[in-house]
Amino acid sequence: MTSIAATLDPRRVETGKLAAIILIGVGVIYPFIVADLRDLPLIGDFVPGVRSMVYVLVVTMMALGLNVVVGYAGLLDLGYVAFYAAGAYAAGWLASLHFSQVNIHFFSTATDGLEGIHISMWVVLVAAGVFTTIVGILIGLPTLRLRGDYLAIVTLGFGEIIPQFVRNADESGFGFNLTNGVNGISPIDTLGFGGTIFNSDQYYWTAMALVLLTIFCCIRLRDSRLGRAWIAIREDETAAAAMGVPLMRTKTWSYAIGAFFGGVAGAFYASFKLGANPSDFFFTFSIFLLCMVILGGIGSIWGVVTAGLILGYLNIEGLANIGAKMQEAGLEFDPTKYQFGIYGVIIVAMMLFRPTGLIPERRHRIEIEEGVHDTPFYDVQTEGTLTDRDPRDD
Amino acid sequence: MAATAVAALNRIRASSILDITGLILVGLVVIWLAFKFAENPQRFLDVTMIGLTVGATYALIALGYTLVYGILQLINFAHGDVFALSGLVAGTIVVSVFGLDADSSIPLIIGGLLLTLAITMPGFALLNAAIERVAYKPLRNAPRLAPLITAVGMSFILQNVGLALYGPSSKSFPNFIPRTDAINIGGVAIQWNDVAVYSVVVPLLLILTWFVRSTRQGKSMRAVAQDTDAAAMLGIDVNRTISLTFMLAGALAAAAGLVYMLQFNMRYDTGFELGLIAFTAAVLGGIGNLQGAVLGAVMIGLVQAYNEGLDGTPGSDWTRTIVFGILIATLVFRPEGLLGERTPEGA
Repeated sequence: MTSIAATLDPRRVETGKLAAIILIGVGVIYPFIVADLRDLPLIGDFVPGVRSMVYVLVVTMMALGLNVVVGYAGLLDLGYVAFYAAGAYAAGWLASLHFSQVNIHFFSTATDGLEGIHISMWVVLVAAGVFTTIVGILIGLPTLRLRGDYLAIVTLGFGEIIPQFVRNADESGFGFNLTNGVNGISPIDTLGFGGTIFNSDQYYWTAMALVLLTIFCCIRLRDSRLGRAWIAIREDETAAAAMGVPLMRTKTWSYAIGAFFGGVAGAFYASFKLGANPSDFFFTFSIFLLCMVILGGIGSIWGVVTAGLILGYLNIEGLANIGAKMQEAGLEFDPTKYQFGIYGVIIVAMMLFRPTGLIPERRHRIEIEEGVHDTPFYDVQTEGTLTDRDPRDD
Repeated sequence: MAATAVAALNRIRASSILDITGLILVGLVVIWLAFKFAENPQRFLDVTMIGLTVGATYALIALGYTLVYGILQLINFAHGDVFALSGLVAGTIVVSVFGLDADSSIPLIIGGLLLTLAITMPGFALLNAAIERVAYKPLRNAPRLAPLITAVGMSFILQNVGLALYGPSSKSFPNFIPRTDAINIGGVAIQWNDVAVYSVVVPLLLILTWFVRSTRQGKSMRAVAQDTDAAAMLGIDVNRTISLTFMLAGALAAAAGLVYMLQFNMRYDTGFELGLIAFTAAVLGGIGNLQGAVLGAVMIGLVQAYNEGLDGTPGSDWTRTIVFGILIATLVFRPEGLLGERTPEGA
């Protein structure tokens, strides 16, 4: 009872709202004040540029998408990078010079008459999301019947297959130049209206809008019938099934929606970077996103946003900045080299000492503290040497 | 009653469609292999030998996965990195401590390698048990995914330890075991290199089988794997048994590290990919099943060798895709693996 009362406490809600509004306000004017912030003593060198902030916001959006799968439905996805890749390449196919065999234009910022498919990037963002959703469903359907840890490995498998596929799917490896091999697809059209194309500041504001939209969707989803079904599955699959929650359909939805956010973020970032390059899509990126979800708190939207901002910043600039300071101080240590070791330490330390994350989600904290009957509905029992009875034992 | 019967019928029908698809796939591969053999028997047999040797190495790693999974139902993600680190350490011992090189005398090389094994195997057994104590044991009653996530984190930590100690370049043994034919039976050549690999792997597999089957400790391992609570009630020290399992897995990984170094180069991140391949092997054979792990490892080794060595295959660019394709196909068509038993719930 106390915990429910605490969440309904009007003062708490007000403080949260106020903090959010202030944060958004600072976020909106950030491009105008970043130059001044950089001149500040001591912390000036650590202030990220606007371009870095776009990256930070994009990975935060992906972390929120992953949070739908891992946090809400409790399905460990170790191959989220596959969705990033799918979104980026969808943007590459629909808005670049890549398919120069054809010449299609649709409200694009690209010059008229330029060869290749050029659909307006705004449409492409949605199309990439839909395409990635389909990829997510295709991956999900055969694998979601599997138990949690098997699912993790299969998603990991897809997370390895899809990047290798895009690295190799050119004329020599695949017979048809689908992804332009190791060179990737570049340039991809920029966002914009009519003839004007977006600069970094405008990209930054768009990214912010996307993140806010994602947060809104995540909150609404969490409180929806579907979201409650996800949480029911996370807590106890058997009980959820007994109460009439359709397991497969509900899990597939979590996968599809998680994939959608990843696809939109991937297409957006590909457009910002002007290209989809296979060297961006590695397993380590999936773990980087997972680390955000763990650090922030599994299932906790504000936690994931906080952790996404922190880790995104550390990855793109922070570690390098800290490293530079350490070099100045005479320390021969380069933290960027060990970034994934650092993320590993964060993951292990969080799981051992604060499994609910920085900003715990209420339901999840109860699960951790009181425990759940986490018996899997589908199980693979193995009968082999280890478990076989030896006649000499009797 | 009727509904149950219909459901049962549907289940049989669904599973048999899956079975038939799976069998057709396997059949096509077998026919294709027979065709390749007829085309160029010499090449085919050579490639097969490579596959077997590689598979033997994978077997040692896969056993580590299967032992731990059998007892804790944990996919020990960090296992591959324990293997990689052990290989790097073995390289240091052989080159820097013992100072072996290509000109060393044969008894010196054999003695040096055995002594290296005698150091790394217990060392990494203890390391693996220590990892279990620190990172997995506190989470034994947590939700199932918690220790798995921790294992992923551990894997990155170990990788970065390797990176910090050995840098980003590949390390290798000096080329002291000649890659010349040791035995040649009717055109099938077994190189000295292969002999060295088998003379480590085969005794270890025999010792492991004996240990699990016939010793008191092995029996308690099987008991804990079967039913942890019942085993504890009967006076088996569950914690000790789990530690012992991790020690066995660590020792096997250390042996695999040395064996791998006899054939290839090792980098700090080699363990990630090798670990996944070995895990695939363990799943293919039926996770938790020791013979299954060896069978699966040999099959994966062969698949890899055929893919990279024969003509008309996708080639080494696609090896990873093929191995993971096998993993996914196994989990979809036969999640209990080749040697596992099908259960009613088997999804």
